[in-house]
Amino acid sequence: MTPPELAVQEATAERAVRRVVNDLCIQVATVNGSGSQTANLVLLRALFQMGIPVSGKNLFPSNIAGLPTWFTIRASRHGYIGRKKEIDVLVAMNLETAREDVLAMEPGSVVLYDETFKLNAVRDDLIFYPVPFDRLVAPVCPDAKLRKLVRNMIYDGVLARLLGIDLAYMDKALTRQLAKKAKALTLNQAALGAGFEFAATSLEKRDPFVVEPMGATAGKILVEGNAAAAIGAMMAGVTVVTWYPITPSSSVCETLTTYMRKYRMDKDTGKATFAIVQAEDELSALGMALGAGWMGARSMTATSGPGISLMSEFTGLGYYAEIPTVIFDVQRVGPSTGLPTRTAQGDILSTALLSHGDTRHPMYLPCSVSEVYEMAIDAFDLAERLQTPVFVMSDLDLGMNTWMSDPFRYPDKPLDRGKRLTTDKLAELGDWGRYKDVDGDGIPYRTTPGDGLPVYFCRGSGHNEHGQYSERAADYVANIDRINRKFQTARALMPPAVVDAVQGARIGIIGYGTSHWGILESRDQLRLEAGVESSYLRLRAFPFGPEVADFVAAHDRVYVVEQNRDGQMAGLLKLDLDATLLHRLRSVLHYDGMPLDARTVTNEILTQEGR
Amino acid sequence: MTMTTSATPAPGKKVNRIGLELSAYRGGKSTLCAGCGHNAISERIVEAFYEMGVDSRRVIKLSGIGCSSKSPAYFLGQSHGFNSVHGRMPSVATGAMLANTDVTAIGVSGDGDTGAIGLGQFAHLMRRNVPMIYIVENNGCYGLTKGQLSPTADIGSTLKNGVVNDLPAIDLCALAIELGASFVARSFSGDKKQMASLLKAAIAHRGTAMLDIISPCVTFNDHEGSTKSYSYVKDHEEPLEEISFVPFFEDITVDYEPGTVRQVSLHDGSTVFLKKLAGDYDPTNKATARRVIYESAARGEFATGLIYVEPSRPDFLTLLNVIDQPLASLPTEKVRPSREVLEAIMDSLR
Ligand SMILES: Cc1ncc(C[n+]2csc(CCOP(=O)(O)OP(=O)(O)O)c2C)c(N)n1
Ligand code: SF4
Repeated sequence: MTPPELAVQEATAERAVRRVVNDLCIQVATVNGSGSQTANLVLLRALFQMGIPVSGKNLFPSNIAGLPTWFTIRASRHGYIGRKKEIDVLVAMNLETAREDVLAMEPGSVVLYDETFKLNAVRDDLIFYPVPFDRLVAPVCPDAKLRKLVRNMIYDGVLARLLGIDLAYMDKALTRQLAKKAKALTLNQAALGAGFEFAATSLEKRDPFVVEPMGATAGKILVEGNAAAAIGAMMAGVTVVTWYPITPSSSVCETLTTYMRKYRMDKDTGKATFAIVQAEDELSALGMALGAGWMGARSMTATSGPGISLMSEFTGLGYYAEIPTVIFDVQRVGPSTGLPTRTAQGDILSTALLSHGDTRHPMYLPCSVSEVYEMAIDAFDLAERLQTPVFVMSDLDLGMNTWMSDPFRYPDKPLDRGKRLTTDKLAELGDWGRYKDVDGDGIPYRTTPGDGLPVYFCRGSGHNEHGQYSERAADYVANIDRINRKFQTARALMPPAVVDAVQGARIGIIGYGTSHWGILESRDQLRLEAGVESSYLRLRAFPFGPEVADFVAAHDRVYVVEQNRDGQMAGLLKLDLDATLLHRLRSVLHYDGMPLDARTVTNEILTQEGR
Repeated sequence: MTMTTSATPAPGKKVNRIGLELSAYRGGKSTLCAGCGHNAISERIVEAFYEMGVDSRRVIKLSGIGCSSKSPAYFLGQSHGFNSVHGRMPSVATGAMLANTDVTAIGVSGDGDTGAIGLGQFAHLMRRNVPMIYIVENNGCYGLTKGQLSPTADIGSTLKNGVVNDLPAIDLCALAIELGASFVARSFSGDKKQMASLLKAAIAHRGTAMLDIISPCVTFNDHEGSTKSYSYVKDHEEPLEEISFVPFFEDITVDYEPGTVRQVSLHDGSTVFLKKLAGDYDPTNKATARRVIYESAARGEFATGLIYVEPSRPDFLTLLNVIDQPLASLPTEKVRPSREVLEAIMDSLR
């Protein structure tokens, strides 16, 4: 043992005796393409199987191989699954970033590293565990070409020993991951064992972090948001899926394709009960989805910011010609190509008002994997009910990261196919007009090609309530006002905000989407560390329900927390709320591309509160 | 040669084989300029669907934006119509056909709509072979925005105000063949007989049937110096063959001299007879088809007729292995997997 490390041991002695149980953040720094994902997911799943609440976040660059990548695993006995900025255990596998990563750490935290990096020379207030990766991997993996992939399992073995994870959990997770690849499984098992053995014989534990089994994950699942969206779309009975690849939304349609090929083939004929088409661009993707929606099929597309902007013209057509379809927007950092592999909530305003003229679109704002699943199902019902494009606003953090969740519920409602004209209804109505507001909710009755009912001409140009081309001022106003009535109807059909009103709290927090997780934890910090009580309203949809105005009215200051520079949701709220309430709104903004963390919210609110 | 029985017309008014009069195939009154080539094409569409006895309630008509794209309002008034956005009708038509192949789709576009803003979507429609008729009403200019040059204007042709086009024309037929189209024809809005046969063959074809129809714009592009004026096209049209079309439900009675005629059988059992005018033109040979387009263009002529056909190429829906029943009307049991499926997926995530 080198002298600086001895010094560290003294410096952190207090922490060492304290024992921090089931509350730590591990960050693995590697290079993309190096095959570390297996090791990372095995570690994540082993903790999960021990019953500890976990979340996994991938911070990856926009290229295929060779650049720095970080994977963060957070284990929290309190159930916090948002991002935590402070790293407790760094696994330094990438020389390029190792020095910088180490310099960013809090005193007393842990660095497990490739011994050749000599990181213990960088600082003297951390706990260093050098590991001779090359020496350990050689005997367990005779094929030199495979060593690069297998050596990652060594840090899993070392961590298992240091943190106190029973090897059986690791082995189970590894077997699940590589069950179909026998050779890879054997090699990785050997590497796992070698790491564990090395730590047992050559490392002396000097850090306080330990994990112990607890019962908080029984029955739960681990899933990415995009997979949840795909499962939801399949359960919603989607039949036409058209898309164009873009990070971070591609895996929605890729995962959907896998599931549909498995579960949606017709038993009698062996043919697909769906069509999935990779379009030539986002314009076509939405054009196809609208063509299918017009014909009466449940259709969808998935994209991200750059695709959303290309979809603007067609979205306006869908809005004005009143055609149902569902658009998943997995948001990433813009403007332009921005940071394609980083997260943001930057499409809120543009999507809400996408296209030209007077347009407004219903948006779902899921915060969790189970919510994105449920909202995916609801979105198809709503699109058909309202006969309009409906957006599900996810983001990279939710879509591409691994989240713990209760299993998804089987949908208990039948598919809502909306106001389809029937022969009976036609007889009752007498004079059917495609765009007539029969029921006062702004939603007309529609026919679809081939159904044998009266035809109409669908167009994005001015039309009267019979769908006939019209440039008359009165027809235009009547039509555009009716469509707005339909949008007001959406307020009652979409999920209300979730409100946690705290007695006596003077400040309120409004959040949505993945910001939820940072806000949840921040409210505890505000209360426990600064004695500040806060109420919380989590938006789940646009248009907003009446509870939003009530919430703002009930608090002196309301912090709208979001992941963009310009306070886009605050802007939408300002368009919607009574002018007398606007002065109460303040923004807490986070837009560096990293998932929102609690500390950022806490610090900003305390600063604005003058504390 | 398969022989089928002719339908017996009902006594009284003249009706087609499904008992409908020609008037049932008409649409609204055209608002295009009197004499516009697009109007003549609409009339031929009305006649072709009438004569083929297609139930127009099972037809969808789609278009982009432009004078030409307005024309679906002027034919088949009993069909669902869709004016989409400028140049992007191919995607809407593709989505519609994915949802329900029980209908016949006819798309109408302009040369600007197809060759400029919509070139990408046009290309992919041809590649995919989506079952539909795709008509380009080609006047070499933008009509609706008042006469600007379009990408099919020939090099050296002039606008009314004297502006000369310096760029080579995009030949949409050559491009379509290149991209994998399975039915490519060119005609002229003034050639009633040829257009009638081609339209009927297009209805009988399974796959994308692309018809590029030179359709002079009397208001902006019918002057001297234009190569898409009535007089220029009349003087430079070079039919490749004389076409006769015999639908599957009619007896074949025409007597052709063997050796001078080529017979092409289409998907639904209909037959196209091509009486050779130009040597031994073979419309199933891609290389010949391309050559004839280039050679006639070099002479400043338009080769018209059925330029290329590949009746056996599988259409997009067949390639996707989609169930025969329209996706749009599948019942819940077919589209929502069971509780057990969701359970199995949840288990796989534990
Ligand atoms: C996105 C967009 N850009 C431009 C226009 C304006 N515009 C309408 S029709 C047209 C050209 C039509 O020309 P063509 O397709 O040749 O049809 P024609 O009118 O000659 O039949 C243009 C540019 C539009 N409607 N949408
Ligand atoms: S402007 Fe030209 S293309 Fe348009 S309707 Fe008139 S003649 Fe036809």
